Amino acid sequence: MVYEESVLKRLRRISAQLRLDILEMIPPGKVGHLGGSSSIADVVAALYFHHMRVNPKDVADPKRDRLVFSKGHAVLAQYAALVELGIVDRSELPKVKTLDGVLQGHPDMDKTPGIEAVTGSLGQGLSISVGMALALRLDGSDSRVYTVCGDGELSEGQIWEAAMAADVFKLDNITAIVDWNGIQATGCTAEIFGIGKLADKWNAFGWNVIEIDGHDMVSILQGLESAKAHKGQPSVLLAKTVKGKGFSFAEGKAAFHNAGLTDEQFAQGREEMRKMLQEVDA
Amino acid sequence: MSRMESLRKAYGEQLADSGANDQRIVTLEADLGKSTMSCLFQDKQPERYFQVGIAEQNMASIAAGLALTGKVAFINSFAVFATGRAYDQIRSSIAIPRLNVKICGSSAGLSDFGDGKTHQSIDDIALMRVLPNMTVLSPVDAVETKQMVEAMVDHDGPAYIRINRNDLPVLTDGNEPYYIGKMSRMRDGKDVVVFASGVMVSLALEAAEQLESHGISIRVVNVSTIKPLDTKALANYCEGMKGVVTAEEHSIHCGLGSAIAEALGSSRLPITFLGINDTFGTSAKNYDELMERYGLTSEGIVKKVHEVLEA
Repeated sequence: MVYEESVLKRLRRISAQLRLDILEMIPPGKVGHLGGSSSIADVVAALYFHHMRVNPKDVADPKRDRLVFSKGHAVLAQYAALVELGIVDRSELPKVKTLDGVLQGHPDMDKTPGIEAVTGSLGQGLSISVGMALALRLDGSDSRVYTVCGDGELSEGQIWEAAMAADVFKLDNITAIVDWNGIQATGCTAEIFGIGKLADKWNAFGWNVIEIDGHDMVSILQGLESAKAHKGQPSVLLAKTVKGKGFSFAEGKAAFHNAGLTDEQFAQGREEMRKMLQEVDA
Repeated sequence: MSRMESLRKAYGEQLADSGANDQRIVTLEADLGKSTMSCLFQDKQPERYFQVGIAEQNMASIAAGLALTGKVAFINSFAVFATGRAYDQIRSSIAIPRLNVKICGSSAGLSDFGDGKTHQSIDDIALMRVLPNMTVLSPVDAVETKQMVEAMVDHDGPAYIRINRNDLPVLTDGNEPYYIGKMSRMRDGKDVVVFASGVMVSLALEAAEQLESHGISIRVVNVSTIKPLDTKALANYCEGMKGVVTAEEHSIHCGLGSAIAEALGSSRLPITFLGINDTFGTSAKNYDELMERYGLTSEGIVKKVHEVLEA
């Protein structure tokens, strides 16, 4: 599939804006999951602003596609998208993780419009998505379910229970996306609990495996289209990403999994995102 | 002697009946369908029955996803696995967002007598009762089980029902309307009130007969909704009593007795608790033998009544 330059440019612009919004939720004095939110920002932009069926006027529209963040801690990327879609008011960004705000530390469907489930205790989101996909199929709906998992999260056994179930039930209305950034809370995933050979594992569990570059918009869009077109089995996109992508001081560093930023880092981050926006527009 | 009937069969029959009338109902099973009797639903509604294999945690979260998409999902396993194995999934995926997932904990208490401590649930009420948004039900007989299943379907939010593996005496006739929260007087008396749940209700009624010959009159109340507890009815049933006894097939910690003690907090009434005394179960030849081993008998209740009167 070939994509028009205007489409790609728009999505790249949105990606940079999402990262800027993510940064705004972690001002000096606050702590937030910068690394895993920015690594998945391009995929989130592609999903919400191009690929998925979204109705910002009615977040409960039964025809909508569902996006579940199984790696709930990276929800800042989803919040940013909900703000850009006008589902959540921009004034909520500075109120994230406060008593007055609707944006919780982890996804909370009761508090935040547009959030589909409660996740955060890792490993449960893919199972929730299996349930959604079963219900959609029972109802004869052509809506799809998208699930973002972390690569570190794959050490939760329940992920593989859900993977088996999606295979047994032949759920081709699910696309899982693994944010394969290679870093988890305390270090490199390969060193902490290196399960390796992700493609072989998902393959063995009965999934259609598609490897993509999670920061290349064409690769992301092609992967999503290919997964949607694939029938008879669930698909997983193994998205190679960089933790902290876009913020030079944070890229590839476990220290920014969940951290506070200095005044200098915050200012630098803003500057880098402004530059990125300018480059897209140039 | 009342006739004996299977609660789990009643559960499966009602689930199948309700499922025939309500397309929202789906049932999930973790390979114990012939014990939990969810197989009766499978026979009638195979397209809405999901066998997830031996994976209780996955089952709980899948049910959450079904509920998030408009279904009323019943999940089934032995009580010990349905609650303990899947606790965090129930907590996070189901209870926090108050989803329409109904949890059936079958072979509850000591009723899986042969399988021993790994399979006997002495802590399921505790685990479910502590969760905000959760309703906790413990039916007294097959008739009430059917009424509860219907009420669970209508109830908006999560609910847990614990079901005995063994046939139990039928003590209710089902003529009175049932509602979640209902607490019923099974026998009136003027000295001591016994609050009991599940199999302990029939044992309390036997104890009442024995005590009557000693000139002690006890009121027996079936507390089949452990949460939310009808504290007003509880206070009314305590009115004029000299003491309170609680009786449950569960650890004495954090179950029915604890719930009642919490509710009666400021009451001056003496109270004694009959339950499993902070220990795990064990294998036995039959259910009665095991119940006797832990003192969960009519004699056990008689003893507690005497204790509370001496207090």
